[in-house]
Amino acid sequence: MTRVVDVKDLTAGYLPGVNILNSANLYADKGELIGIIGPNGAGKSTLLKAIFGLVKVREGSIDLNGESIVGMKPNQLVAKGVGFIPQNNNVFPSLTIEENLQMGVFQEPENYDERLEFVVSIFEELGKRLKQRAGSLSGGERQMVAMGRALMMNPDVLLLDEPSAGLSPVRQDEAFLRVSEINKAGVTCIMVEQNARRCLQIADRAYVLDQGTDAVTGTGRELLNDPQVIGLYLGTLGT
Amino acid sequence: MDWGTIFNNTLAGLLTPTTIAFALAALGLAMHFGFAGLLNFGIAGFMAIGAYGYAISVLTFGFPWWAGMLMGILGSIGFAILLGVPTLRLRGDYLAIATIAAAEIARLLFLTTAFTDVTGSADGLFGYNKSGGFTAANPFPPGSYGFGPWTYNSETLWVLTFGLAVLAICVWFLWALMRSPWGRVIKGIREDEDAIRALGKNVFAYKLQALIIGGVFGGMGGIIYAAFANVSPGVYVTSITFFIWTSLLLGGAATIFGPVIGAVIFWTLQAFLSNILPELALNGILPVDGTQAATLRFVLVGIGLMLLVVYRPQGIFGDKREMTFVK
Amino acid sequence: MSNNESPQKTTGLHVGKAEPGCKKNDPMLVIDNVKKSFGGLTAVDVEHLEIPKNAITALIGPNGAGKTTLFNLLTGFDNPDTGTWSFLGNSLSGVPSFKVAQMGQVRTFQLTKALSLLTVLDNMKLGAKDQAGENIFRSLFPGFWKKQDQEIEVKALELLKRFKLDAKKSDFAASLSGGQRKLLEMARALMTDPVLVMLDEPMAGVNPALTQSLLEHVLDLKKDGMTVLFVEHDMHMVRHIADWVVVMAEGKVVAEGPPDTVMKEQAVIDAYLGAHQDTDLGVVTGRIDTINEEKSK
Repeated sequence: MTRVVDVKDLTAGYLPGVNILNSANLYADKGELIGIIGPNGAGKSTLLKAIFGLVKVREGSIDLNGESIVGMKPNQLVAKGVGFIPQNNNVFPSLTIEENLQMGVFQEPENYDERLEFVVSIFEELGKRLKQRAGSLSGGERQMVAMGRALMMNPDVLLLDEPSAGLSPVRQDEAFLRVSEINKAGVTCIMVEQNARRCLQIADRAYVLDQGTDAVTGTGRELLNDPQVIGLYLGTLGT
Repeated sequence: MDWGTIFNNTLAGLLTPTTIAFALAALGLAMHFGFAGLLNFGIAGFMAIGAYGYAISVLTFGFPWWAGMLMGILGSIGFAILLGVPTLRLRGDYLAIATIAAAEIARLLFLTTAFTDVTGSADGLFGYNKSGGFTAANPFPPGSYGFGPWTYNSETLWVLTFGLAVLAICVWFLWALMRSPWGRVIKGIREDEDAIRALGKNVFAYKLQALIIGGVFGGMGGIIYAAFANVSPGVYVTSITFFIWTSLLLGGAATIFGPVIGAVIFWTLQAFLSNILPELALNGILPVDGTQAATLRFVLVGIGLMLLVVYRPQGIFGDKREMTFVK
Repeated sequence: MSNNESPQKTTGLHVGKAEPGCKKNDPMLVIDNVKKSFGGLTAVDVEHLEIPKNAITALIGPNGAGKTTLFNLLTGFDNPDTGTWSFLGNSLSGVPSFKVAQMGQVRTFQLTKALSLLTVLDNMKLGAKDQAGENIFRSLFPGFWKKQDQEIEVKALELLKRFKLDAKKSDFAASLSGGQRKLLEMARALMTDPVLVMLDEPMAGVNPALTQSLLEHVLDLKKDGMTVLFVEHDMHMVRHIADWVVVMAEGKVVAEGPPDTVMKEQAVIDAYLGAHQDTDLGVVTGRIDTINEEKSK
């Protein structure tokens, strides 16, 4: 069975001569929820951005359903069914929620009504406040709009960059539950997270990225209970 | 093509009082922008205040030349305080706009006929070197000095020597300041004012001090230029400010010697262009006439400045890292 | 190794019942009727709040509750519409931020302000107070400040060693990782010899494994006699080291007390903590079949 996303030996970086990713590997099968955790500077966000074409690939391969997508631009990837939710600045503050969602389906405006129905079914709150300016929303609410917008294109794969960042505990839990729901609806999800514990609790499989490469991998449960992972990456405070 | 004259004139441009005056102004801008991060687009104003302060003190008030120069410096200090107190608390862009306006106001005040008795309005002022005794203070006996393209009469040599001495003192001053804890605070302010405030430093006071010091250097530049040529409002136009900016960025904004070297290279280049362009036109190589060719050099300065900012903002001596890390 | 025993908590901080605005036995900061609005929206509306001395107080609450705004008001980075507050008995209203810092309060920022273009050592040296060399006239002659600068360097190197940054002393701060910059900011804050340390989301963006060492450093502050006030979302951190918790919502203080009691209050759970605080989301989402599950360690 072809893997939906297959990353092999990926090397990439921002500044010339400095590699953030060093031969990183990752794959996702259809319908999986993949987590990426690890220390600061390990390259988690960089990996996600490289998959989405925001960072230039220096070495290695990235395949989407068996087809190489290295060098493709983000708009091409959106057309191929990949959605991306950045960590910061992920809504248009001067536009209303409705307009933000419309921006999401920009490439296929004829599907707007159908997709809006679907998104509102997952995010009821948004449906009630379509005319509200996105700039007046709180962090957690913006997170919802960003996710909703990414879903408007009916993606097969969703890339999420720290969806719980900066949110209060109750909103964090909501964000994780939402990602789980979206995944159950059939979307393959790959999420980078700083809240490693919560991420592993809902992930099917996960990767621990360290110094630009995949250091440990396994199912979410395996990693949650692995003493080495706990000691190095999770910390023991969550008891 | 008279290569001999072109070559000669270009080399002469390496060491002239004009070069020194601009080196001083660029040094002042290095303090303002390079080190303190203050956007000053009115450095020409400081030069004007310095020059007119000197000339007016001598001609209207009968001061001796050194007292007149001191007045020019005091004028620069006053100008800096006037400029800084209202604007330093605001965002950097506001300082930029305010400085352009202030420099223009100064120039127009010197231009208006209302004060023509004191300022000479459009004609400017001259003869102050003689009346103030600067010419008399010349230690070099009359004659010709130097060799090749660098031949000067005793008057020019005096201004040159005096200017170089002042430049040396100012360079030392800047160097001594920037390697001290005061310099450390200034560099910190350039990067993040709030972080410095959170450490208990009075950011406003430091910025004002930097504005004053850079302003004094600029004023000294104006004084040296005045001691060499004359004082006229037509000199202190906004294009001069951009020449100084180009010199600064060319050499390296946050370095000590960068502005000096940048000014030297800039004026040598100007000398080269103002000689070669008319020659090229006369010989039919350039499809413009002689007068047009001379002004072409200003177009080239503009293009050069743009290319500099885009491709090498750190200049010749600057540290690339300083430009790379900044967002 | 990490045996995860709870640090010694300071008790007996409050007078009377533990409720919003209750008095403290030895208050370091006393806040009265402080209000701040941003164009019709009330960001902060605190009737009375006292922060206890030599204890670690956590300020928690949903985003938009006014925590950072309150921080900015207390440290002089913003001006309230009304209200007064005093620090060790001295009124701080109208005092600019740099003077507040000189009085012994130091704060860190949510987005680290490590001065990237300066070296780690220079960052540290900037923190020292009363430097003769920072005066413009004395700076010209090293004789006035060289000796003091050397003493400051010794102190800086000691602190850098404590925070395990000494190897990086000559590197530009920009080359440090995100977690290291947090450490640098904390170390630099200590150079000012503060009595009150205010940390704005110190754990934000920090890898969980590094969190532990940061927490140790915060606990050391209390051991060294300082008072700590911090804003955080990480409830594990709060439970672990806070002696006192203040909960804010919509600009007001809605609850106060020791962490265990405050975090059990229903209103706090509903608005902020969420019902799943101590449950495994895998269970909540139905991804795990096993009912009996070992929470890790």
